[in-house]
Formats: sequence, structure tokens, C-alpha cells
Amino acid sequence: MAEVLVVTSGKGGVGKTTSTAALGAALAQTGQNVVVVDFDVGLRNLDLVMGAERRVVYDLINVANGDVRLQQALIRDKRVESLYLLAASQTRDKDALSEDGVRRCIDELRERFDWVICDSPAGIERGATLAMRFADLAVVVTNPEVSSVRDSDRIIGLLDSKTVKAARGERMEKLLLLTRYDKIRAGRGDMLGIDDVLEILSIPLLGIIPESEEVLRASNLGAPVTLCNAQSGAARAYMDAARRLSGETVPMTIQSEKQGLLTRLFGRRAA
Amino acid sequence: MKIFSFLGRKRSAPLARERLQILLTHERGATGQSGLISVLREEILAVIARHVSVAPEKVDVRVQDGEEVAVLEIDVEIPRGMATRRSSWEHGGRAA
Repeated sequence: MAEVLVVTSGKGGVGKTTSTAALGAALAQTGQNVVVVDFDVGLRNLDLVMGAERRVVYDLINVANGDVRLQQALIRDKRVESLYLLAASQTRDKDALSEDGVRRCIDELRERFDWVICDSPAGIERGATLAMRFADLAVVVTNPEVSSVRDSDRIIGLLDSKTVKAARGERMEKLLLLTRYDKIRAGRGDMLGIDDVLEILSIPLLGIIPESEEVLRASNLGAPVTLCNAQSGAARAYMDAARRLSGETVPMTIQSEKQGLLTRLFGRRAA
Repeated sequence: MKIFSFLGRKRSAPLARERLQILLTHERGATGQSGLISVLREEILAVIARHVSVAPEKVDVRVQDGEEVAVLEIDVEIPRGMATRRSSWEHGGRAA
């Protein structure tokens, strides 16, 4: 039974695309069939983070409009064979997506894959509402920072009102993915803590992704962070989150970077 | 917060938390976070409007989620003097 998961946040730049790529790769690494779908029409980036930017020929809009078959638009990952990408169109805008077209496309993906992971654009407009519309569950990506938490709260409200599941009167499952978390700053009382964010948003926790230099490095190299450096704190945290999505019980630990001696001696980073 | 002043500056996370809690309690009501809240709000407004003229924005309905129970808060602002006008049939009803 396929699960359609939307990765959403309201606010931009909190790690939706990074999380989509990392969770998608982590789930596929366990042998499940996964497709990651970019809904950010006009501002696509999932292709770049996945390292497939030069392989995009057809996209979500071509499939939704029935111009090409799904098979023609799916791009198979070169590292993990059960991982696929469906890119967004870069030359169109969000109005080019029709609800019927998206529904048909998602239905077809459901038949082929175990996981359909929809990377939502930022904002609360058409692109974001279409990305969440047919989802079975949502991962709400949030930074421990006031504007991100506020926007996540707004998105939770939309998930409870604008999705097909909510319209049917069913409960929309929403899980919190806390990203860019800095244990030291939170410990000092200079960053919202995990409990603060959980209490304010009142949704269950899927995972805590530590602030990590490996995330930027992975996007520079065009690889999901779970494939780029599987030992990094961020990668291990994403892999734990993926196991929880698959139904495993994994203790909630805050993964930290394995630091070399020099890093330990001379501080964590210049900034 | 004086106890932290010896560190040179106070911790900012508690203030962030407090600001968010106040803001979101308000916004959840305003943006119709919950269908229940907006339905209650409309119906309460209709009942009150039968007796007193009240502006829609003066009816504030909120749900505060606690550990074990959720508390429904209804705050209605009505023009001065309206509540005492009908006190003739209400005398002795409530201890002040």
C-alpha cells in the first residue's frame, strides 16, 4: 500500500528539499520503491540537490497534462536503484498545474511506488496546497526559530482543512521534523528547545536533524546527505526518521557530528 | 531574569516561546485553524446578536490545549450598560 507523504513548512529555506531528498534516499536504501516529486514549479531545485539536473527531459506538468507517459518523465537515481525523481517544470508557473492532472499523476505513482514524497514549495498558495492535497501524511519541517514555528502552525491548519483527507473528515497525520537544531545553543537557552516547539505545535516528533556542515556539502555535490556522508549527524538523524516512517521504533537521540581532533581543538566553525 | 544578568545578557529562548504562544493562540482563532472554532464563533455571535448588537470581531473563541483537557475560552465584548439593562428579572440570581 503506497503512502503519499508531503514535506511542507510554509516558510522557505528551512530544509524541505534537503529533507525530501534525504528521507527519500534513506527509505530507498532500505529497499523500498520511492519517488520524490518536486512541486515547486518555476523554482525547481530537487533535481539539483539529487544531482540529476542534467537529466531532466520531461516533468510533472508534462505528466499531469497527459503530454507524456509517466515512465518517460521518471528519472532513476544512479546510486540507489529503487529511487526515482519526478522533476518540476522550470519554465512554467504554478497555474499550469491542474488539480485533476495532479490527482491522476499521484494515483499512477501510488500504483508503482511504496512511497511518493511530494516536495512542497514555500508559501500557502496554489503550489503548496496542491502538493499537500492528495497526501496521506505530512512531514512539517520546522527550524527552532519564531518565524518558522509560526508558519508551521499555519501550515498545520491548512493540512487540517485543505487536504482531501481532511475534507473526507479523516484525521490528517502530521509529523514534526525539527531541522537545524543546535543542542549547545538550545542548552544555553538561546534557541527554542525541542519541548518548546513540540508544545507549541502539538504534533508528534518524527526526528531532530542537527545543524550540520554536511548538508551544504551534500548539496554542493548533488547527493542526498544520507548518501553523501552516511556517518554525519544529519545523515544518521534522517536515517532514524526514515525508519520511524517505516513503522520501526527508534529511540529519539540527538545525533551529533563525529568531530576530528582538530575540529575539537579549534572550535566547531568560524562563523 | 536578573539572575542571568551576570552572564552579560539574558536567555532569549523563553521570550521567543512566550511570544509565540500568545501570537498563535490569537492567530489560530482568526485564521480558522479549527472548523469547530469557526462554527462555534458564528453560532455564539448569532445568539448574542438576538439580544445585543455586537461587532463580529468582539467575539473571541479559543481552545487552549492542556496536558489532559482542552479549555474552550469564549470572550465577548459588549457595549457598556447592556448587561445591567435586564437586571430586573435577574435579581438574586448570582452572588456578586
